[in-house]
Amino acid sequence: MLVQLVMDAIQLIYLVPLLPLLGCLITGLGRNLLPKPVTGFIGSLVIFISFCLSIWVFSAVSVEGFTPKNISYFTFISVAKLHIPFEFDVDQLTAIFLLIITGVGFLIHVYSISYMKDETQSGFGRYFSFLNLFVFAMLILVLGGNYVIMYIGWEGVALASYLLIGYWFKDHDNNNAGRKAFIMNRVGDMGFLLAIFWLVSIFGTVSYHDLYNPENGFISGLSTVNSPEIVGISLLFFIGAIGKSAQIPLYTWLPDAMAGPTPVSALIHAATMVTAGIYMIARSNILYALAPTTMAVVAGIGLATAIFAAIIALKQNDIKKVLAYSTVSQLGYMFLGLGVGAFSASVFHVMTHAFFKALLFLAAGSVIHAMSGEQDITKMGGLGKRMKITYVTFFIACLAIAGIPPFAGFFSKDEILAAAYSQNPVLYILGLAGSLLTAFYMFRLLAMTFKGKFRGTEEQEHHIHESPPTMTVPLIILAVLSAIGGFLGIPQSFVKDGNVINNFLSPVFEQSKKSVSVAELPHQTEWILLVVSSVLVIIVSIWAYNKFKNYLTPAPESGLGKIISNKFYVDEIYDAVFVRPYHSLSAFLNNIFDKKGIDGIVNGVGKSVNYGSRQLRLLQSGQVGSYLLLMVIGLLIFFIIQLFTK
Amino acid sequence: MEIKWYIFLSAILFCIGIIGALTRRNSIIVFMCIELMLNSVNLLLVAFSKMHLAVPNAFGASMASSAQIFVFFIMILAAAEVSVGLAIIVMLYRNTRSIDINFLNRLKN
Repeated sequence: MLVQLVMDAIQLIYLVPLLPLLGCLITGLGRNLLPKPVTGFIGSLVIFISFCLSIWVFSAVSVEGFTPKNISYFTFISVAKLHIPFEFDVDQLTAIFLLIITGVGFLIHVYSISYMKDETQSGFGRYFSFLNLFVFAMLILVLGGNYVIMYIGWEGVALASYLLIGYWFKDHDNNNAGRKAFIMNRVGDMGFLLAIFWLVSIFGTVSYHDLYNPENGFISGLSTVNSPEIVGISLLFFIGAIGKSAQIPLYTWLPDAMAGPTPVSALIHAATMVTAGIYMIARSNILYALAPTTMAVVAGIGLATAIFAAIIALKQNDIKKVLAYSTVSQLGYMFLGLGVGAFSASVFHVMTHAFFKALLFLAAGSVIHAMSGEQDITKMGGLGKRMKITYVTFFIACLAIAGIPPFAGFFSKDEILAAAYSQNPVLYILGLAGSLLTAFYMFRLLAMTFKGKFRGTEEQEHHIHESPPTMTVPLIILAVLSAIGGFLGIPQSFVKDGNVINNFLSPVFEQSKKSVSVAELPHQTEWILLVVSSVLVIIVSIWAYNKFKNYLTPAPESGLGKIISNKFYVDEIYDAVFVRPYHSLSAFLNNIFDKKGIDGIVNGVGKSVNYGSRQLRLLQSGQVGSYLLLMVIGLLIFFIIQLFTK
Repeated sequence: MEIKWYIFLSAILFCIGIIGALTRRNSIIVFMCIELMLNSVNLLLVAFSKMHLAVPNAFGASMASSAQIFVFFIMILAAAEVSVGLAIIVMLYRNTRSIDINFLNRLKN
């Protein structure tokens, strides 16, 4: 019976991505016909059905003795000896990501129905079509059974992200933000693509089960650690992850991507798409386990990003920008976890982060909605009294992201930090510093938005209202998840076998544990770390809350504060180092090389033919006598040539 | 009579033809000059054929007959040319009331 259930669920797995694609086509093609409620209903329904199927798949996967399933549908590419099937892989990792994507995705779809209600009918259809397209691509990304299928999803989400960032395309800034996101992603995708080519050239396959299966996988069978090829491939994959998951040095697109509608920021730029890089590395954990050098790079970049982005977030005044930098910072933590070998802790953090960051963005959306589009927190304040539900849910999310026990972020972040400690205490201290910064900027954001006096205009103050239930219900659900989601991963020192998610994911990471294992900390040490970090975080949170509770006017920034509030001028530096030289090179190629060089040659040939013909034309005088004369002369020349060549 | 006299005569006729064709403007005279050139060549052909008839080649046959047939072809060709050429001259006269060859430069453009 149970086996039957497993088979059924796995056989129907193709419906999970197919339904959102269907929804994308219906809402997209019918955008001028379907009224807005119908579009919203269809768009959300397909995701809901996918979510139900994902639960089914999840229950099938969590059956005792489940072995990963590989379902191959057809041959996608077949060249010489290389055959790349269109295949799906279903295992524990996939099941968790399916749940996150469709679950959070569904809530955000429902939320969007209200949030986007002022759009035109066709704009509304376009929005839901893109959103469904995104979910489809993301599901392909996590379901794909080889790197090529993953790459299809990888590019698909980049496309959907680009379309949705530039959703309000009449404002040119939004288009530029979309373009920036797409181009910076492409830099990373280049690395991904090269890694795929390298895999093909060495192993002749890109399927996970050929590369990683425990019995005779190409990579899992390797015994040499840190061989140059493996390090190269894993680094190139990591470059892809850097682009997609907005790590240093390719993170600048994510804050700009906030130009899109807020639910989009919640779904794509916080909960799901940006975690694709973490998914990819978790999926390739065996490859990474064989390349400790790359692991060190991953941990280093992750930690650097976590702290760097948190510092920038301290001084941002745009509610969505703060959250964007916070996302970058949290993604850095996930990479830190991956880098120290705590794969399941990272996936756990992906999950809890999806809950609380989606909640933060949706609550921010609710605030922006109430403030009629205002995003500057220096012009907010005192909203807590007028928007109770939004305030409470935002507060819970802040507790969760700051890592205050017993909310979700506490467990996941501390699992990562504990793993970092077992690797190297320095990593732990830096990570803890980052999480203190997180607590500070989150409570600053909370206090400035919801506490103190209202600092906006009269008109705005009059307009403030709690959002409708379609917006608040998703908030409440996510708040509940943010509050209790952490209990899936209670550390071993609290409850034996309390880390459900770790146990659930352990088959996926079993192989890599042989080469990289996170040393178990003594329970005493773990307790001390937990208590120290919790106490520090709580102190910083209260400090920040009190400091900004009665915030009145923005003080002029000077010195370091100015540098931070200008995001360390990274955008300006990139602009000066890459963008402007590129533009001037393009201008040179366009104005000088193309217009003068290439066009000069082409036009020159034309002109010289024209000129030559004009001169030759004079010979055709129309005088019959002259023709005859020329004919005779020509004949004579022939005779003379004949005479001299003999 | 030696062959060279025929060649001289033919060459003189040909040169008269060329000079006439190049220097005269009356199209009928130009035409006559062209005929003169053709016929000088015919004369040459007939003369050579006569010469070859006197000396049979290795196969016992002579080249003479083919050269004479050649001459007939040229005559027919000349007749065809005359019919076309005279028709053109008639049309030229009708259009321009003149048979001056330089009026043909109207075809230039």
